[in-house]
Amino acid sequence: MDTTPALARPRAPGRLHRFANPGRFLRLTDAILPWLAGLSLLVLAFGAAWALFWAPPDWQQGETVRIMFVHVPMAWLAMGGYLGLAILSVMSLVWRHPLADLAARELSPVGAAVTALCLLTGSLWGKPMWGTWWVWDARLTSVLVLFFLWLGHAALVRAFDDPERGARMGAILALVGALNLPVVKFSVDWWNTLHQPASVTRLDAPGMHVDMLYPLLACTAGFSLAFAALVLAGTRAAVMERQLRTRQMAAARRAA
Amino acid sequence: MTRKKRRLYILLLCALGLGSATALTLTAFQDNLVFFRSPSDIAEQRPPEGRAFRLGGLVESGSVERGGEYAGRPAIRFAVTDGANRIPVVFTGVLPDLFREGQGVVTQGVLGTDGVFRAREVLARHDETYMPPEVADALKRSGHWNPAQGAPPPAAEWNTARPRS
Repeated sequence: MDTTPALARPRAPGRLHRFANPGRFLRLTDAILPWLAGLSLLVLAFGAAWALFWAPPDWQQGETVRIMFVHVPMAWLAMGGYLGLAILSVMSLVWRHPLADLAARELSPVGAAVTALCLLTGSLWGKPMWGTWWVWDARLTSVLVLFFLWLGHAALVRAFDDPERGARMGAILALVGALNLPVVKFSVDWWNTLHQPASVTRLDAPGMHVDMLYPLLACTAGFSLAFAALVLAGTRAAVMERQLRTRQMAAARRAA
Repeated sequence: MTRKKRRLYILLLCALGLGSATALTLTAFQDNLVFFRSPSDIAEQRPPEGRAFRLGGLVESGSVERGGEYAGRPAIRFAVTDGANRIPVVFTGVLPDLFREGQGVVTQGVLGTDGVFRAREVLARHDETYMPPEVADALKRSGHWNPAQGAPPPAAEWNTARPRS
């Protein structure tokens, strides 16, 4: 009779697996999460005030340019988050990390949400500035594909009765979809698009005045911390849920 | 070879295959993925008669004429240029806020036999620079930049500037 919960079984020793132990993960994040959540609220409040009140308007876009302070962090998080999903998928496929599966499962709904916000704010910005809500240029289309990849991953990992099988399928989808990441990033350089090229991550100086760049970076830091806090909280809940289920199964077997 | 190592190699092999397949596909579709064509593209290869396409470039400095008329409706005339070639455009609709001389635009319509592009839609294309009004004014005053002539000077010259207004 095996009463040890499957997740608490000792793993092979090694530096990589030190953080994969769910018990250690729960203890560590229990200490970190309140600080992370508090810090993200603080930075977000400061960044929002800076962006909305102290940053100057653009010389030709006027006050509309403030949409950028939400749109750009959401776009960066959509892509950075997807890179995270791809790394988790490699860990899941190669090293069979149960924790990577759970984190990927909790990451994709948040990733889909930020990508949706990126598309929505972009549309709201495009109408007054470009004169259209939407065009099928390479940048906009590839970000829409990214959104569908996030949604597809979120749905696929939940579509199987066996969660491990779902995680395997989701990881394969995420890795195939990772091909879209360079397309999103370089679409504005490879093809001519209505969307403008990158302003901040250029080889020469950023094409943005520092009075707008610094509040943008502050907002990005705030949104990234909030993103991390949300995903971490979701992963914690998923780990605890799984531990609970394993214990209930063991108890049921003992009673039988 | 351990199972983990084998899985890693299989994954890398798949990535290599899929990556090159995508790269090849995208290269093959290169011409179809362009959102608009420049006046030089049109000069090189004139699109078929009556076929709608998108024309992109800068609004030529000094070319904007308001108050004209086309097909019985008030119209605006301007020229789209990419430096080497120019195509005159006539448009009867509502222009976006960012439309001005020197601004990038993408217009959709049909090229007439007279060489005038009849636009059904004009979209403004924003460049990748963002600057406060005071900085733009200072650049214009000092003669470093005339927005009607095209792109602003290199960003390193102004992105930390704090002009006294």
